[in-house]
Amino acid sequence: MEPISHVNGAAIPFGRKNVDTDVIIPAHWLKTISREGLGQGAFEAVKTEDGNVFVDPQYEGAPILIAGDNFGCGSSREHAAWALLDMGLKCVIAPSFSDIFSGNAFKNGILTVALPQEAIDRLMEVAQTDPIDVDLETQTVTTPFQDRYAFEIDSFRKHCLLNGLDEVGLTLGKVGKIAEYEDKAASGLPFLAKTVASAA
Amino acid sequence: MTENPRTLYEKIWDAHVVDRQEDGTCLVYIDRHLVHEVTSPQAFEGLRVAGRKVRRPDLTLAVPDHNLPTTARIDADGKELPIADPQSAQQLSALKANAPDFGIRYIDATDREQGIVHVVGPEQGFSLPGATIVCGDSHTACHGGIGALAFGIGTTEVEHVLASQTLLLRQSKTMEVRVDGDLSPGVTPKDLILHIVGVIGTAGGTGYVIEYRGSVFEKMSVEGRLTVCNMSIEGGARAGIVAPDETTFEYLKGRPYAPKGEDWDKAIAWWKSIATDPGASFDKSVVIDAADIQPTVTWGTSPEDTVAIGGVVPSPESFADASKQQAAKVSLEYMGLEPGTKLTDVEVENIFIGSCTNSRIEDIRAAAKVLKGRKKAANVKWAIVVPGSGLVKQQAEAEGLDRIITDAGLEWREPGCSACLAMNPDKVPAGERCASTSNRNFTGRQGPGSRTHLMSPAMAAAVAITGRLTDVRDLVEIQA
Repeated sequence: MEPISHVNGAAIPFGRKNVDTDVIIPAHWLKTISREGLGQGAFEAVKTEDGNVFVDPQYEGAPILIAGDNFGCGSSREHAAWALLDMGLKCVIAPSFSDIFSGNAFKNGILTVALPQEAIDRLMEVAQTDPIDVDLETQTVTTPFQDRYAFEIDSFRKHCLLNGLDEVGLTLGKVGKIAEYEDKAASGLPFLAKTVASAA
Repeated sequence: MTENPRTLYEKIWDAHVVDRQEDGTCLVYIDRHLVHEVTSPQAFEGLRVAGRKVRRPDLTLAVPDHNLPTTARIDADGKELPIADPQSAQQLSALKANAPDFGIRYIDATDREQGIVHVVGPEQGFSLPGATIVCGDSHTACHGGIGALAFGIGTTEVEHVLASQTLLLRQSKTMEVRVDGDLSPGVTPKDLILHIVGVIGTAGGTGYVIEYRGSVFEKMSVEGRLTVCNMSIEGGARAGIVAPDETTFEYLKGRPYAPKGEDWDKAIAWWKSIATDPGASFDKSVVIDAADIQPTVTWGTSPEDTVAIGGVVPSPESFADASKQQAAKVSLEYMGLEPGTKLTDVEVENIFIGSCTNSRIEDIRAAAKVLKGRKKAANVKWAIVVPGSGLVKQQAEAEGLDRIITDAGLEWREPGCSACLAMNPDKVPAGERCASTSNRNFTGRQGPGSRTHLMSPAMAAAVAITGRLTDVRDLVEIQA
């Protein structure tokens, strides 16, 4: 995973609420066995709407997306995060995110920034003409007009994002503790610790 | 009162913490992992690239479901028929190869036990109360109906679980959804969960695990509970759960993977002990009166867009919040609906009875009861009933339900996810409506331009007969 500490650039002023992962990447794009190339299918239906921001050349390759409440709700497909990455996005700013999507984004080095609706409204306005700056180290979003918004992020996620850490690798460093748990469960919760077939 | 009263969720969580980091992130043990063909290929590839093995292949079960056509899978000579879509075929064969490569138990497309992962898990007794269960699919919440802590994960997490049998998680907040009283005759668990999602909204449960409590759930069958918990994610909650009880134990006993002998007795004792303690508190509580719930359908493109069947299509102005007004306007345009139209005047051309929400034997029975001795309306062009597994199919056929369904003019198909998300050939044409027993009415969900109305199996069967949205209670006599 690529480390991420700072994102500066054009922000796509999408602003829509309740954007589900079927909208981010429709199911017929999920037949791939690779993580690459999904940007093409991203927001496929939205791209057919008149005046949509995704086909506006001004936002081509923009690293930031601004959206409404509950971004990434619905299906757990990580293809949604892969599609955003493939579009060149590194950061999504919205008032709130679904739990599964924000986890998937994090695991792919996409920074999700939750800010109040008033801040979103202002950033949507700025994004019409100017770039936006997101700094993970100081946890702030700023604009060329001296707007400044602080955001919260889980300290563990921040650490992993800043250092590009792979969670699987981190966890496998604790294999001793996992084995210890399994030993304890084998006697304490034997009916969960094995399946009938594994006991046989 | 217990000294330190805890909820069911907190007890399951505490029993599975392997390690707690200073910042509160926990390494949590995963007891059961279900794998299907869509969200796993990149995870297996990740393991291969890193040279990692599956830590506990015995706790993992793989079954294909999303891409499979629901038409015949073997020809008259018993030979497996090829999958027409090359991409679907590639994804299916990747799972078939990955499972044995990593030593994982695999149910094949042509096996009688094949079905939708969330139907197969409980049916096989693989999903157990008090267990932590994950799958790369948001409807994993379903298994909460058996009393498990079950939730959907992304593909990187699938890889994490395969490699370590654990996940890094932060504990969720707790939410109680309490429904006391009795559901009115003709009102099903599906109507109940649609109503609940309508009340809490699609983000109402974000950050929470829901426990469904109250006499309605206590009296409900395990299959009904699976339907309710399945759609917890439509209310934003990663997991929903009903406390395991005698109904659960009765359901599980003797299933292939259910514990046996001494383990079974131990299991029952522990399962009884994990119920929420008297005096335990929830971070949020929602109370609903069962008597308020009517047969319910959706009118828009979000699962929270629910309305009782006796109502009308709402006008965008009826919503308090400006962004919801805008969303409703866009939804109504997409759905081709005019505010104020009586729902029962809305004509429907397609019927889909199936999905991990509603494809179990009780669902097929409920549909067949409405269809019995009746004929599909002339304007209904496509109507399919897709059982959730080969075993559900076999049971339905033993009860003669398949004949009732086909006599009524509906098609009886092979098991799979089918038109719920239209990854296989089962799609709803653009601009046409579908009365669907699935879980999502998102834009384009059942095929580009498709218009979905979510409802219960009995209601969808009623629509098949009348060709328009219908109150099933007007069509068949419902016994109290």
